[in-house]
Amino acid sequence: MGPAGFKELDRRHIMLKSRIIPCLDVNNGRVVKGVKFQNLRDAGDPVELSFHYEDQGADELVLLDVTATRQERIAMLETVEKVRQKLGIPLTVGGGIGSIEDAGRLLNAGADKVSINSAAVRNPDLIQAMAERFGAQCTVVAIDAKMTDGVFQVLTRSGTTAESLDAVQWSARAEQLGAGEILLTSFDRDGTRSGYDLPMLDAVTSACGLPVIASGGADSVEHMVEAFEHGAHAVLAASIFHDGNMTVAEVKQALTKHGINVRA
Amino acid sequence: MIQIINTGVANIRSLQAAFDRLEQAWELTEDADKIADASHVVLPGVGAFAAAADSLDRLKIRESITDRINQPDRPTLCICLGMQLLCESSEEAESSKGLGILPFRIKRFSADVKVPQLGWNEVRPLVGSEAGEIENTPYTTGEAYFANSFRLEDKPENWGVAETVYGGKFFSSIWRGRTLACQFHPELSGQWGQQVLKNWIGGTSC
Repeated sequence: MGPAGFKELDRRHIMLKSRIIPCLDVNNGRVVKGVKFQNLRDAGDPVELSFHYEDQGADELVLLDVTATRQERIAMLETVEKVRQKLGIPLTVGGGIGSIEDAGRLLNAGADKVSINSAAVRNPDLIQAMAERFGAQCTVVAIDAKMTDGVFQVLTRSGTTAESLDAVQWSARAEQLGAGEILLTSFDRDGTRSGYDLPMLDAVTSACGLPVIASGGADSVEHMVEAFEHGAHAVLAASIFHDGNMTVAEVKQALTKHGINVRA
Repeated sequence: MIQIINTGVANIRSLQAAFDRLEQAWELTEDADKIADASHVVLPGVGAFAAAADSLDRLKIRESITDRINQPDRPTLCICLGMQLLCESSEEAESSKGLGILPFRIKRFSADVKVPQLGWNEVRPLVGSEAGEIENTPYTTGEAYFANSFRLEDKPENWGVAETVYGGKFFSSIWRGRTLACQFHPELSGQWGQQVLKNWIGGTSC
């Protein structure tokens, strides 16, 4: 399926570039989930890695705070400040954000967008409060979901808690409450390297008018092509880049050959 | 020293970091005299038109900003909402007044595109016969990061303009003398954006 195969819905954003977003998991100021670049002095330094990805042509960067303790959260603010000083592309920070104050601190530290997940499920008004205070453009709602009995069921607390909430309906609700973007992760696909969850992407992009970032399962350029053809505005990827098998630049060249409109 | 106007509604860390990378000293200001006297002034803006218009009143800085922009040789950079504030009004806030330097009303994107426009889009400065009287452009065609729901549809007379297509064409940047206004965020637009800032600081045109 070439560009002519795009769903009708998605002609509405086709003039925007399809975005490639590397994601770094950060714990206590260090990138975890091994990164295997040859030419890095320190593969665990979020500042060096972030800049490296920008240099390769990344369109945005996501830093995911995977820390558990309060003390480590404070370290995350310093990491965001340091990354911001070097990074000349948009920076989204997610993970463990529980309140509008948490979001404000990250934005002050230099994040351009903040993504909220479990806290938004517990308290949907947080979406509206963030959108009113900081604007829709910095309010990202992250949705983790897996197929359960024919429904895409929302998971919270890093996938450990199953909610009685349908991800498709939740994405539409997030739009009503003023979110600017959805970060959609498939728990069935995450880590499987079998491609993004296309039925879930179809369902969410049909129900929700917001830009959707597809996440979970990518192992190849073909997987990314599929996601864009199924309505994703952006694709998030970690291992495909961290393993050093392909650079962002190589991925973009290959996407261009498939007719995907990416930033040069 | 670059004076960045603190309208209180904008997240300006990215902008400050971009100036740091260019080794340019900057300061936040709410002071009308500093805005009048500074070599370089930035009117940033992410946020709501009404709140930004209110802070122009509260800080009593409308006149000093307008005076700078009406002189040809005072480097002034208006980003995102800062560009929209050059107009008389916006559909975003019926009762709020912009600076009124341009006799226009800012319009919402049409209903057939996703709003906000969030992501990278092409910015093409008009040159040659398309451009009219203003022949210099402050940068070459490039890809820029946008985060906006409203846009300038009207072409100002005696300003240079750049076009972007999103639900039809709109003017994504305008310039006159040493004033440059960008609907996009140069501070988030990678190496190309960094060059836009550098050209503005140094008065370089292409």
